[in-house]
Amino acid sequence: MKMSTNAYVVTKEINKASLWKAKSLLLDSLDMELTERCNNNCIHCCINLPLDDMNAKNKELSSEEIKNILTEAEALGCLSVRFTGGEPLLREDFTELYLFARRLGLKVLIFTNATLITPQLVDLFVHIAPLEKIEITVYGMKKSSYEAVTRTSGSFEAAWRGINLLLEKKVPFVVKAALLPPNKKEMNEFEQWAAAIPWMNKPPSYAMFFNLRCHREEEKNGHIRSLRLSAEESLKVLTHRKDKYTKGMKEFCAKFTHPSGKKLFSCGSGLGSGCVDAYGDFQPCMMLKHPDCLYNLKTGSLKDALENFFQKIREKKANNPEYLKRCANCFLKGLCEQCPAKSWIEHGTLDTPVEYLCEVAHVQARFLGLIGENEKAWETKDWKKRINNFINN
Amino acid sequence: MEKKIDINAIYKPSEDVVARDVQGEFIIIPIASGVADMEDELFSLNDSGKAIWDKLDGKRSLKQVVEKLALEFDAPKEELEKDVFGILKELLKRRMLVEG
Repeated sequence: MKMSTNAYVVTKEINKASLWKAKSLLLDSLDMELTERCNNNCIHCCINLPLDDMNAKNKELSSEEIKNILTEAEALGCLSVRFTGGEPLLREDFTELYLFARRLGLKVLIFTNATLITPQLVDLFVHIAPLEKIEITVYGMKKSSYEAVTRTSGSFEAAWRGINLLLEKKVPFVVKAALLPPNKKEMNEFEQWAAAIPWMNKPPSYAMFFNLRCHREEEKNGHIRSLRLSAEESLKVLTHRKDKYTKGMKEFCAKFTHPSGKKLFSCGSGLGSGCVDAYGDFQPCMMLKHPDCLYNLKTGSLKDALENFFQKIREKKANNPEYLKRCANCFLKGLCEQCPAKSWIEHGTLDTPVEYLCEVAHVQARFLGLIGENEKAWETKDWKKRINNFINN
Repeated sequence: MEKKIDINAIYKPSEDVVARDVQGEFIIIPIASGVADMEDELFSLNDSGKAIWDKLDGKRSLKQVVEKLALEFDAPKEELEKDVFGILKELLKRRMLVEG
């Protein structure tokens, strides 16, 4: 065997590391909901529990349990962990968990409202970088709108203090927004401000099709439904950069738009990724908390869940006649956010059409010229021709 | 000015990086900021780079590393020494190694 004369060290951009994708790692990224508790009380939130919910706190995974999960994730080749919540910075052991993950060689993506970012945390991020841009959701550009969403006095100042600390010490972060009645008139102001953030290399993303409570709390769901943009309003937001939207949709439709048949899982849930909830249940994706889809990590392993449990879930087929008539035959499947998780949170089953999402997909399809005014996409037989016409014009 | 590397010096991986073998790809991940040229990059060593890295254990001198490599690789010692010095420069530039 001869020594190679090639360069010894090759640099690769982490976010484009095709080597993992190509080799189909059992686990390449992991989501961890460190807590469901939050110091805000946002009007649209699908998961938050009160800050002082001791019942929830007592059930949360311990530091050691989280470290054991992270250690197994690393051994399976995982490169990146997302710490989310609730508000992940609420965990008293956040710094300990962050350092542990980074020292394992994991990149850490933090989803936060920024209100709990302290000078000490910023110093930590400066010296031991997460290697992923922190993601911050902004709820308004004014105290009145922000706190009308968060229902938490002082949260506006706290978030801006956190954001300014990151800016001052040049810790990379990006911002996104939840478009809600109290703040939706501030979209332009938000975009102008976001564009000046040095690490925003594309326009901010918006949440507007708010998920219902992921534990199916019907008493709170009515209010969340009332906050959603109408399908027409959402189209205005999606198409406010019309050329970019149309170009993106052409690329997307060329790859993903086709009927999915009886198979329920056409997304990548549970393939090389998954979400550990605050209490140790491992689920294929963050929103899918259907009891049949939860794997208890206190009595099992990530490996077993990924190799066996998730595979079985992914084989599930639809039985609901309405789903089989509509969603299974609908060529807008890729455009539509209908999925087993959304079906679960809306209807308590994995295979019930979600009318709101159906409406949003149809409004977009009409805008793109894929269907006519009163057409239903699942009744369209010549969908291939329509897609071809759309992507080639 | 570039520091001259002494063949009798001993080096070991810096505590500011983590080396991981992910499905046969040997990668070095920065832990402390400023280790890499750019924060958003990871570093991958080829087979010969990994063979050298594995021997930089804070106990062997570079001379001993070359001797050990000579037992494993069919190459003249001068060539191996050149390879070791080559990777040393790359890794030291990125602060991935420290003197042991």
